[in-house]
Amino acid sequence: MATRIRRSAVPVVALSPTILIVLFAYVGTMGWTVWMSFTGSRLLPVNTFVGTEQYQRLFGDPRWLVSVQNMALFGVLFIGFCLVLGFLLAVAIDQRVRGEDGLRTIFLYPHAMSFIVTGLVWQWMMNPTLGIQEAVQSMGWASFRFDWVVRRDMALYAVVIAGVWQSAGLVMALMLAGLRGVDEELWKAARVDGIPTWRVYVSIVLPLLKPMIITSVVLLSIAVVKVYDLVVALTNGGPGTSTAVPAKYVMDYLFERQNIGLAAAASTVLLVTVLCVLAPWIYAEYFRKERGGA
Amino acid sequence: MSCAILSGAVLSGASAQEPLRAEVMHWWTSGGEAAGVRVFADAYEKAGGTWVDAAIGGGQNARAAAINRIVGGNPPTSSQFNTGRQFDDLVGQGLLVDLDAVAAEQKWRDVIPAPIVQAASREGKFYAVPVNIHGHNWMFYNTETFQKAGISEAPKTFDAFFADMDKLKAAGVTPIAWGGQPWQEALVFDAVLLGQGGKDLFYKVYRDKDEAAIKSEAFQRVAATFHRMRDYIDAGAPGRNWNDATSMVITGQAGIQIMGDWAKGDFIAAGKTPGKEAGCALVPGEAGYLMGGDVFVFPKIGGGAATEAQTLLAKTLLDPATQIAFNEKKGSIPVRTDVDVSSMDACARRGAELVKDPANQIPSVNFHVSADTVGALQDTITSYFNDPSATAEDFAADFASVMTAAR
Repeated sequence: MATRIRRSAVPVVALSPTILIVLFAYVGTMGWTVWMSFTGSRLLPVNTFVGTEQYQRLFGDPRWLVSVQNMALFGVLFIGFCLVLGFLLAVAIDQRVRGEDGLRTIFLYPHAMSFIVTGLVWQWMMNPTLGIQEAVQSMGWASFRFDWVVRRDMALYAVVIAGVWQSAGLVMALMLAGLRGVDEELWKAARVDGIPTWRVYVSIVLPLLKPMIITSVVLLSIAVVKVYDLVVALTNGGPGTSTAVPAKYVMDYLFERQNIGLAAAASTVLLVTVLCVLAPWIYAEYFRKERGGA
Repeated sequence: MSCAILSGAVLSGASAQEPLRAEVMHWWTSGGEAAGVRVFADAYEKAGGTWVDAAIGGGQNARAAAINRIVGGNPPTSSQFNTGRQFDDLVGQGLLVDLDAVAAEQKWRDVIPAPIVQAASREGKFYAVPVNIHGHNWMFYNTETFQKAGISEAPKTFDAFFADMDKLKAAGVTPIAWGGQPWQEALVFDAVLLGQGGKDLFYKVYRDKDEAAIKSEAFQRVAATFHRMRDYIDAGAPGRNWNDATSMVITGQAGIQIMGDWAKGDFIAAGKTPGKEAGCALVPGEAGYLMGGDVFVFPKIGGGAATEAQTLLAKTLLDPATQIAFNEKKGSIPVRTDVDVSSMDACARRGAELVKDPANQIPSVNFHVSADTVGALQDTITSYFNDPSATAEDFAADFASVMTAAR
């Protein structure tokens, strides 16, 4: 009995610094931010309770509403294209092509760059007076147009392009690892049965890749919620407010606009959104399986 | 060795004749700006102090760092802010030193324009040292480009302005070098509001937050004029930095730029003399000088040598000779109206001349509303400008709701 207690106490003691850090640095700051969103803090944090005033202002602000819509649209397109493109790249490389190592490096390389660099490079390329449009036009195709970054209705898609370029390689790497884990026997059996290759991929390999897909979606979702630097470098939220995103809203009000209360309210909304999305998934992934396994 | 240095430090710490050490936080890092800071630093060292430079690139980063240090209990001797209401909360929380003794001794109230005095003080006491006045409603042009397009002088009315823009367009240059960032668009809007709408409308909108004035026909006419500028900008405008737009004017790719007088620094760096190759005129219409600028605030540090260092610094910053030397480098005009500006460039002299008359001293939007509201206005203005189908009426309604919420 005593040994058992001692044994179970050891990990708790060993982990106590970690637990303290988690409590203070993560849960504590989260709680503090939520509290701030109910105060009238402006330049400095103060403790005057103002109820839901900041939230009313937040949801009455057209820029915030545009930001949330943009995040949703960006999220769907970005995750969707990354998954499809990443999977196709992985399948292509998995065909034992020559120069596989080189190709893998090239596709994964964009992910090693910061979003700021990606944003700047794509901004130059898509700028109608400097980049691709100018180059093609000067080669003689005068009616060629590729000016998405400066068009209100298309600028967000320009952000998606740059984002997909950056992150599709990561998905490819994950998927490739999954593909390499598929049993060779399975392929042989399918071949013997005369099943077409695409059918094997769709019906057998894809279900086997589920853990890789989930990992990719989680990683990409995190990138979506925190998308800030890419937008700042590429469009800075413009033209107008057409590529505004929530993270930029938070940063602007926190620093430049000196309204900590409003920034905290916006962060809290983001936090709640993430929890709402994650909670059912965590439940489905971990808790139900445990019960089923037992 | 390290022992010797240590004991040396202890000794010098103990001696009473320690030089007055001032750690100054600011965001002046570009060429002309850094040269300006050097003027202050040299003047302070000459006056017997030690200047410790704490430059942080970018206004908002520098302000955030300063506020963190003030709140964290390790404040710098002095820190830069823009003239206006950015440091309201610091005064409200009692974190800043009241500079009234120095101000009274040096008679700041007599030599500094009233709106700047007001912006630097709260409840009748000085809490900041204003160091310069920037004009926000300048129009810069390349005289050579103007001649080629057949324009003899800067337009004085908005009708003439658009006629000239058409001439520039016909000559094959982009008429307006447009910086497509929200703050720049808001700056141009304010210049048009003052020029076309006039002083009274400007005050009614920003100072009185008068809803009827914002929804009035006069305001909507200003909005339409502002929106009309869309026809004279190029496709690469969205997101463009102000200095990239300035270089378009310098190289003759574009006709004019509406920008604050800090753009002058880039003209000078490119070898153009303000008033000659680099033409300058106020935005057409009402002749007022839309004023902005910088101030230094002094956080409470706890008396003794630190306070002495702060007093000395405050005096140095407003010393007449230092004021001229600093503002020549910085591109702005002295905050004191009693100094001799004859050594400055033609545009600065013009500005200083205007500011002598209180009727022309128009405080910019930063003097009237908080940084928060300034930001919300920028969102409204940039959305309106970048939407080809937006109407002046809707814009006026959005603008009014931001201003009434800020009452």
